[in-house]
Amino acid sequence: MSTFLSQQLIDGLAALTLLISFALLAQHRMLSVLHWFAAQGVLLAVTAALVAYSSGEHELYISAIMTFLLKGLLLPWMLWRVIRSLHVHREVEPLMNNGMTMMIAVVVTLFSFHVIQPIAVTSELMTRNSMAIATACVLLSMLMMITRKKAITQVIGFLAVENSLFFAAIGATNGMPLVVEIGIAFDVLVAALIFGLFFFQIRHTFDSMEVDAMNASLIHKDDEE
Amino acid sequence: MNYTLSLCFALVACGSVLLAAMLTPCWQQKSNIQRAVLSLLLGMAGLFACAAGLTGLASGGGSMVLPLGLPWLPMHLRLDALGSFFMLVIGSLVLPVAVYSQGYLRHEKRLTPLAVFLPLFVLGMMGVVLSDDAFAFMLFWELMSVSSYFLVTHEHQHPENRKAGFIYLLMAHMAGLLIMGSFAVLYTASGSFEFSAMRDAELSPLWASAAFLLAGFGFGIKAGVVPMHGWLPDAHPVAPSNVSALMSGIMLKVAVFGFIRVTWGLMGSGDFQWWWGALVLAAGSSSAVTGVLMALQQHDLKRLLAYHSIENIGIILIGLGLGMLLAQAGHPMLAALGLIAALYHTINHALFKGLLFMGAGAVLHSTGSRNMEAMGGLIHRMPWTAALFLIACISISALPPFNGFVSEWLTFQTALMAPQLNGTLLTVIVPFSAAMLALAGALAATCFVKVFGVVFLGHARSDIAENAKEVDGWMKLGMAIPALLCLLLGVLPALFIPVLDQVPQALLHTSLFTDTASQNWLWLTPVDAEHASYSAPIALLGMLILGGLAFWWLHPKGAILRRSKMWSCGNPHTHARMQYNATGFSQPLRRIFAGMYQPDEHGHAERHQHKLLTTRVKYVVHVGDMVVKHLYQPVGQVTLWIAKAIRREHQRDIHAYLAYTFATVLLLLALFT
Repeated sequence: MSTFLSQQLIDGLAALTLLISFALLAQHRMLSVLHWFAAQGVLLAVTAALVAYSSGEHELYISAIMTFLLKGLLLPWMLWRVIRSLHVHREVEPLMNNGMTMMIAVVVTLFSFHVIQPIAVTSELMTRNSMAIATACVLLSMLMMITRKKAITQVIGFLAVENSLFFAAIGATNGMPLVVEIGIAFDVLVAALIFGLFFFQIRHTFDSMEVDAMNASLIHKDDEE
Repeated sequence: MNYTLSLCFALVACGSVLLAAMLTPCWQQKSNIQRAVLSLLLGMAGLFACAAGLTGLASGGGSMVLPLGLPWLPMHLRLDALGSFFMLVIGSLVLPVAVYSQGYLRHEKRLTPLAVFLPLFVLGMMGVVLSDDAFAFMLFWELMSVSSYFLVTHEHQHPENRKAGFIYLLMAHMAGLLIMGSFAVLYTASGSFEFSAMRDAELSPLWASAAFLLAGFGFGIKAGVVPMHGWLPDAHPVAPSNVSALMSGIMLKVAVFGFIRVTWGLMGSGDFQWWWGALVLAAGSSSAVTGVLMALQQHDLKRLLAYHSIENIGIILIGLGLGMLLAQAGHPMLAALGLIAALYHTINHALFKGLLFMGAGAVLHSTGSRNMEAMGGLIHRMPWTAALFLIACISISALPPFNGFVSEWLTFQTALMAPQLNGTLLTVIVPFSAAMLALAGALAATCFVKVFGVVFLGHARSDIAENAKEVDGWMKLGMAIPALLCLLLGVLPALFIPVLDQVPQALLHTSLFTDTASQNWLWLTPVDAEHASYSAPIALLGMLILGGLAFWWLHPKGAILRRSKMWSCGNPHTHARMQYNATGFSQPLRRIFAGMYQPDEHGHAERHQHKLLTTRVKYVVHVGDMVVKHLYQPVGQVTLWIAKAIRREHQRDIHAYLAYTFATVLLLLALFT
């Protein structure tokens, strides 16, 4: 495969990642958020494999497989289990209306392209365009954490930030050393496990998964004291 | 390093107060011994401070380095002419206050906090005067501020005392912060914390102005200069009276010392800009007039005296401001005269204000009240206190032959040199501030006529005044020493002023006019004999002769003397409430200066059956401090409002925190590309 073609392909995949970030932000239903999150994980694995193939860095294959297993299958499955057992699969309940969120998202994306431009001009990597997209994805995922009420969507947002950072790492440096990547992968896994445990605990304590309800409960407790 | 006799005296003085602070807690159960040790060591400290000051002025000071403080910055101490003078001021009031405390604290139940913090407070003041590097200066300065906070809140069971203490601590810290800022500017210019390096540092005019403003506002807050004085009338009255005497008498002067040290000493008169002197002059004039006007409307004796401290700080600042203007205009000898006038008023005010607070303490001690409206006729029951208090009243009213007259007269003489200045603006400002000074002097005299008349003359307005007893010998002696010094400094200024000549020599490298500095004990001539001169001994003699003649004429031998009640207008059936009282006495001035006071008056007459049959009249008036109302309270409210807004932000939900993070990331991205 020629360098040009692989670069085109990587750029295409990056564009798809950005699209998925937008899709994550636009969803109304919890389960579709989860589906898009899984799709992002798979896309990430494909990108890693493509970069591994075109750059000849064989270690990246391993990280591609790990990404696929962890982010494409395991994490979505765990979250799906949580959602099912907590019965929170219906509404996402945004704080801001969707149109407004999408407008902000567009502005943020333009901003990140503007910010990354000086770097993209000087870079010689074939994945240089993906830097701006990765930054945009990080910011969009953060936006998702800000604008959603449910604690689970915030966790998905957090994991999406991690995905985008991984994407940035592949794009900017052709992948981090394998040891680091394995370490990060396990961190994410452990974090997901802890989040899962917390959800049950929070549900048990507050009878709700909404962050506002937790705040209200805490303030109420303060008043009683 | 240069050990001299004067420095040894100063160190002994510091050592004895330190010893007092450490030893007195040992006798917590035996308050008699504790009190005696406190008074003895404090008195020793005062005596040695006086000795250090006098020898330092006479034969020059010394310097030394103590291996204390930061590892790379040992403590530099130095006793120069200015420091010696202020050591003398401190000593001359600490000694009588120590004697006075022996009697005043006799019935004090919680003596230990006083016995620890009072010596520490004195140590802080002496340390400020002695220190020769910025670090030691700030250390002692804070020691002075913090220990005086504990003295102010000594009677902390009353909530208003705690509030006064809090405001005091707040303002003291603000002052400390500003002063530190001023030292920071000087440090940047010199690269060293030592004063000797700061003296040699070259400052650009802009930075010099910054250092001057920081020091001016910092020391101004502590000295109670209008409009930063809001804490002072609250804090000084609530402290025990011996402490109030020290706070009003010396602590404010230590702030003046700091101001002179930084502006005249460290920056030097060569750096002065014309508006500095004008600013100091304006601050002084406004303090003098505002202080005395507010004092006139007080009924709390100690609060009234506290406002008079503001007035006198104003007078000192007028002298300093004139000196700064004249020094900048290239008349160092006249500048020296202004400086001497300010310094002379400094020691005078320390003495008579200390005496006044001690007298107020004596009245408080025997009546248990600070409210003037409850007193009256105390001259019959407390003749000694009344006589000594009268001396202080005459001194503070700037009447000859006492000391207040000399220093205010010198200030006027300096102000009369205004035509020597260049620039029309200055030639307008200076006479204006001289007029303000004259107004303040006249109003001060009015105010003390009111104080003495209402408290000591007439007849008793309440049982507590009826049953008042004269104070004991220690307290009388404690008040007699400053009274005697007031008279001496008033009668023999021509002997004392040449001693002060060391200070302008050190700060301005010039001495006074030969006529002034000459040891002619009879005549004091500020500039030369053709201009003006004053002979206190002759004035005293003339007064005695005239007074004697008047007495002889009014009370010829064998004449029958009819004694009746005071201020009864000949009416034999009088009641104590028919007398002129403090509110009534100050009423005309409340009318004249209504624009400044904006009094809150309520009159109410109860009428019985017919509108002409008034059975009862009630009149309530409240005069608040305009500065507190229009400066302190708005600033406080804005601060609270900001704090509340920030607190609201602190208690937002997780989305808001995430949004802050998001905004920060965006901002950083925007900034670093």
